[in-house]
Amino acid sequence: MSILVYIEQDQGNVKNSSLEAVSYASALSAIMQGEEVIAVGLGNIKENEWKKVGQAGATKLYHVSDARLDAGIIQAHAATLAKVFDKVEANTLILSKSSLGDAVAARLSIKLQAGLVSNVVSLPEVNDGFKVKRSIFTGKAFAETQIETERKILAIKKNTIEIKTDGPEAAVETLTIDIEENNFAAKIKGTEKAEGDVLLPEADIIVSGGRGLKGPENWGMIEDLAQSLHAACGCSKPVSDMGWRPHHEHVGQTGIKVSPTLYIAIGISGAIQHLAGVNSSKYIVVINKDPEAPFFKSADYGIVGDAFEVVPKLTEAIKAIK
Amino acid sequence: MKILVCITHVPDTTSRIQFTDGNTRFDNSGVQFIIGPYDDYALARAVELKEETGGSITVLNVGEAETEPTLRKALAIGADEAIRVNAHPLDAFFVASQIAQIARDASYDLILMGRESIDYNGGMVHGMVGELLDIPSISPVMKLEIEGNLGKMSREIEGGKEQIEVELPFIAGCQEPIAEWKIPNMRGIMSARSKPLKVVDPVSEKGMTKVKIYALPPAKGDVKLIDKDHVEELVQLLKNEAKIL
Ligand SMILES: Cc1cc2nc3c(=O)[nH]c(=O)nc-3n(C[C@H](O)[C@H](O)[C@H](O)COP(=O)(O)OP(=O)(O)OC[C@H]3O[C@@H](n4cnc5c(N)ncnc54)[C@H](O)[C@@H]3O)c2cc1C
Ligand SMILES: Nc1ncnc2c1ncn2[C@@H]1O[C@H](COP(=O)(O)O)[C@@H](O)[C@H]1O
Repeated sequence: MSILVYIEQDQGNVKNSSLEAVSYASALSAIMQGEEVIAVGLGNIKENEWKKVGQAGATKLYHVSDARLDAGIIQAHAATLAKVFDKVEANTLILSKSSLGDAVAARLSIKLQAGLVSNVVSLPEVNDGFKVKRSIFTGKAFAETQIETERKILAIKKNTIEIKTDGPEAAVETLTIDIEENNFAAKIKGTEKAEGDVLLPEADIIVSGGRGLKGPENWGMIEDLAQSLHAACGCSKPVSDMGWRPHHEHVGQTGIKVSPTLYIAIGISGAIQHLAGVNSSKYIVVINKDPEAPFFKSADYGIVGDAFEVVPKLTEAIKAIK
Repeated sequence: MKILVCITHVPDTTSRIQFTDGNTRFDNSGVQFIIGPYDDYALARAVELKEETGGSITVLNVGEAETEPTLRKALAIGADEAIRVNAHPLDAFFVASQIAQIARDASYDLILMGRESIDYNGGMVHGMVGELLDIPSISPVMKLEIEGNLGKMSREIEGGKEQIEVELPFIAGCQEPIAEWKIPNMRGIMSARSKPLKVVDPVSEKGMTKVKIYALPPAKGDVKLIDKDHVEELVQLLKNEAKIL
């Protein structure tokens, strides 16, 4: 038996979240019976990227290089993974939670008759059944969940485990999988992507702005601060509703849920729906001119002050130590 | 076009989450229940599509009798009929099996769901139903147009979006800005009372997972305030205490 890990790529580069999934599988293997950790990547993945996957703890690397899989076509990825799962005689599949990962995991749960737990935030307990903790109610609570099937799928939430970098070298093998044409029924006609930027769901540091910033013309200082920290930009819902910022930056209950190491909220009041999307951040910094802003109650560090005054100073202070 | 919209009955987004019975059960005392916000987007888009192309909207919930007011609200917003599968939703697989059964019997052209429920946040039910019915399931969908037999969608991906085309029937897990939430008007509320709400028995199916115990996150400590004229102190704290920079 082995543990299979689904590797996702972005423009040929292995996603950090997938390296987390591999590291999780490696830690899981240590508490199980030392099962083999097999990583499988689909479509275009650059050759030198595989090294990181080995270092994260995979002992075997499989590449299904079929060009039709370059795009994240949900059914095609699920069908391929199901075949690989059988081929390598896996009993557990680990993947990171993402827009593609979630969709693929759900289909696989049915194909493989495997109990699926999403939003996993810690390693399982395996002594008395297989129980794993997941985040529910958008981060407001946790549920210890038992998987009752022989086969298991875990979708890991970001920042659950540190990425391992000391794994031994592993060779990449190419796998050819026969994927039926009907799995390509959904056609991807085009992609629009913010190139080069740090992706919000992947980011370790996020600088987020709210309605307190008054208008889109004032985002320059937010971007400057983000740049000084190599951070991604986020925003509150009204900000994306009003079109000040693109929708994919909207954080919260009805937007993207993030769990970075550091979340800096500027001119955001801290409504419960916004907090729901950020409450699993490791550290939260709040900058708001209103000392009564509810966000301060959820913050680790706070500055009461006018963002237009504080933010440029903060950027300077960060640049000074870098 | 026959549209099925699957809705959850979930605590209002402002609810304080608490558990009872030794942390084995959600405590619903004093909690307001609503249509899941993402399901509400799905329903709103369904109503618009019906206005454009005609057809009918069925709303479906897998839940016990307490969810009926939520189904009635969906009828008031514009659904034509409601179905409640009379069962406690054990897990995503259980729910998906029930939805798939209803869909097999009635063969809908389009099935709309929310991107995820806001109680268990799995984002799994649509993919599972898609696999059970062997049809495509696309999520999270931010834009959806139907042209003849073709669905044209914009799906959110990390840091952007992609354009997808797929033929009916398919499932879409919806999120904003696919449509604006619709508030029921007086006429809608009146007519909802007489629209059919059918209760059906579940197909026997066990779940694949089971919640053993719930927990709340540890309370956050007090915020450390830094003077706005000494922001360099924050930088030092981030560096030395939080060890981030
Ligand atoms: C079902 C539902 C789902 C929702 N989902 C989300 C969601 O996913 N994400 C989300 O963000 N919201 C969501 N909301 C909306 C949420 O309730 C709040 O309305 C929203 O988060 C407020 O955004 P804001 O903090 O940017 O704006 P405001 O509440 O207007 O706050 C602006 C803040 O900026 C401060 N400020 C003003 N000027 C300055 C200055 N010069 N310097 C520093 N600070 C200043 C003010 O003191 C204030 O605290 C949802 C609401 C509902 C009902
Ligand atoms: N009990 C339920 N009854 C009807 N639809 C549901 C139920 N649970 C989930 N769904 C649908 O499936 C979507 C995804 O739910 P989930 O996988 O729980 O995040 C929801 O937005 C609903 O559209």
